[in-house]
Formats: sequence, C-alpha cells, structure tokens
Amino acid sequence: MHQLLNTLYLTTEGAYLRLDHDTLRVEVERETKLQVPIHHLGGIVCFGDVLVSPAALARCAQDGRFVVFLDRNGRFQARVEGPISGNVLLRCAQHAAMREPDTTLTIARHLVGGKIQNSRQIVLRAARETDRPDDGEALRQTAEALANVLGRIPLSPDLEHLRGLEGEAARKYFATFDRMVREDRATFTLNGRNRRPPTDPVNALLSFLYALLMNDCVAALEGVGLDPQMGFLHALRPGRAALALDLMEELRSPFADRLALTLINRRQVTANQFHARPGGAVQLEEAARKEVIVAYQKRKQEEITHPVLDQKMPLGLVPHVQARLLARVLRGDLAAYPPFLAR
Amino acid sequence: MHVLVAYDVATESAGGRRRLRKVAQACQDFGQRVQKSVFECSVNEMQFEELVRRLVELIDEKEDSLRVYRLVEPKEKYVQIFGVDTSVDFNEPLVL
Repeated sequence: MHQLLNTLYLTTEGAYLRLDHDTLRVEVERETKLQVPIHHLGGIVCFGDVLVSPAALARCAQDGRFVVFLDRNGRFQARVEGPISGNVLLRCAQHAAMREPDTTLTIARHLVGGKIQNSRQIVLRAARETDRPDDGEALRQTAEALANVLGRIPLSPDLEHLRGLEGEAARKYFATFDRMVREDRATFTLNGRNRRPPTDPVNALLSFLYALLMNDCVAALEGVGLDPQMGFLHALRPGRAALALDLMEELRSPFADRLALTLINRRQVTANQFHARPGGAVQLEEAARKEVIVAYQKRKQEEITHPVLDQKMPLGLVPHVQARLLARVLRGDLAAYPPFLAR
Repeated sequence: MHVLVAYDVATESAGGRRRLRKVAQACQDFGQRVQKSVFECSVNEMQFEELVRRLVELIDEKEDSLRVYRLVEPKEKYVQIFGVDTSVDFNEPLVL
C-alpha cells in the first residue's frame, strides 16, 4: 500500500530551498530553518516569493515528487514535472474512454453523485448539531433538495444535462451554507460561492483549501499514471487539470468544506485574519494561512475506514486510492467507479 | 520504523575525521541529529538496509564503533526526552 508522504509547505517570503546530499534544506536569510531527508516528502508546495535551487528541482522531478508554485493566495502558478512516468497503456485507455460517450457519462454520473452525496452528508450533520430550530429546518430542506437532485442523476441523458444538475445542487448547497456557521456570523456570511477573486472571508477560506486539495488530486492522478488534464465531467480546456477537478468533486466536502466550518466554528480563524484588498478581493493573512495549512495536513492524517476497500487509512490517502479505482475502471477491471462517500 | 544510530569514529587521523563527516552525512540523509553522535531516523525496511549498508561501508571496523537500535513504536510512548530538544517530527505538518 502506498504510504502517505508528508508535504513541505513553504510560506515564508524569501525562503530558499536547496538540495544537500539526500536532504532538503530550507534557509531563510542564510540561516537553516529546517533540514528534512528527502524520503519523507511526497512533494513541496511554495507560496509566493520562495526560491528552489535547480538541483533540488531536478532531484524532485526525477523522483516524481511534485513541486508546485502558488501565489500567496494559493492560486496555481506552475508545477515542475519530470519525464512523464505513468503508464502509457493506462493513458491510452483513458483517452479511449473519453471517446466513448456512454463510458464518459457513466463515470461523470458517479462523480457528481459522490459530490452531492457528500455535500448532503455535511448538511445533515450540521442540521443535527445546530441548536437553532430555523437553521435545522432550512438545512434539512437543503438536504432534501439535494436528495431530489441525486435521484435525477441516473436519468440524465447527456453530460450537459448532468452538469446542469451539478450546478443546481451546488446552488442549493451554498444557499444555506451560512447556516452551518455557528460563530461570528457577521463576518462569516457567504453571498453565494464566488472566486477569482473571492470577495468574502468564507469564500477566501474555501478557495484556499480547494487550492491545497487540487494539488493533492493532481499528484494522486500523476502517481497512478493518469493524465490529469483529460477529464470526464469537466470540459477540456488548455491548462485546466480537468480530471483533477473531476476527482476533487467528491472530496471537496470531506477535505475542505467541513474543515473550513470547523476552523470557523472553533474560532481558529477569526475576522481580523482577513484583509479586504482594493477591488473587493478578500485575502487570508500569512499567519492564518499557516494555521489553515497545518489544520489541512492534520485533517489528512485522520484515520478513516475506506467504505469500498473496507480498510483503515489516513484520509490523505483517499485521493490516491480513488485515482487507483478510476484507473481500474478505465482498464475495464472494475465495472463502475465507486466515489468516496464520507460518513 | 524508528531507529537510533550512535557512533564513535576515531578522529586522531585525517582519514578518521573524513570518515566522521561521511558517517554524519549518511545519517543526516536518513534522519536527524539529536545529540552529537546520535541520530534518529524514520525509515522503511528498504531505506533501513540502505542506511546500514552505507554506514558499514564507511566505518573502519578496527577503529570505529557503530550501533543501530531499533526503537519500539509508537515513539511518543516509549521515548522520553529531557532537556534541550531541537528535533523536528517529520510526520507532523511541515509549514515554514
């Protein structure tokens, strides 16, 4: 079984990462802050003004450890890739499946189904835990509406229609997202989901967590040899990792949404950690970014039982497992893609 | 698995000092220094074999001494630490 390797996140401005024998060394103003044997790391994520030495880049690319550069807000800038490893035959199968409308639609249905089911789960849980009856009622209504959309998925005749259902579910889900927030509702109000840039703290937090999850999804797909750009549900567009977005759908609520709510409800992030920028964008400040990353990493270490494999594993391994299950579907070893259903 | 590597390398000669540096580097590649000539490494079976092979190749068996202990896990439960401790848990979130 694949081991969950740690990810090194560099958020300090001016940090310099260099290769020192078989270790990676992080220096800030010429002082060594951390030295890690490279075998502990699955990849490195750099935020903003961080330098990585050519030797370190080359070594990571060779070993297949991912190196990603994001801007300070977590938006993707660049990824360093080594010689395409993966499996050519698997990629061929992936491309072939894309040309089969039936196969594509079946896989896409399972992806959307998984997503809606997981959103519904988080809504129901919040409805159980809330102590305000009106919130509970509204959330239960949302859950019902989501169940209704879920029921219509098998009937969707084509991808366009399916995407419409997904959009409908997302709108319903985010319409009552606020009611899952228990602390400081004045700050943490969501005016519908918005991004590029996010214009309120909740959206900023969600966007940031989605960016972290996205990296893990791309890495997981590359790890099993799938082409992250060749998606089923998401339309192909140059530069868009469509398959990673596909894989991410069902993982959004267990990895990011629930974590965002936990951080807010436990007051681990607070109003003063967000800055409004000219033009309406809202940003997370540096210390809060670190806190969110730590929480995200901790969340990935939580033990869960995978419902399909019936095996205990850290949550962070789930994207890798799902990527492998998807590969088995594409190879024809598995009849249908089983999305990850969080409990 | 967690292993503890401790060594004494004879440093009277220039060759000995070179061996000392190389032994320390090999340990560093697999783990971290916790005391002057004591390293803790967290490795899998394969890396463990590799580490031991490299160390045994480096030392002069007539003059140096090398000890590798396998620690009982979980480490938090069976390893007690007092005084100065600058070690980092490489499995905890690494955010800098």
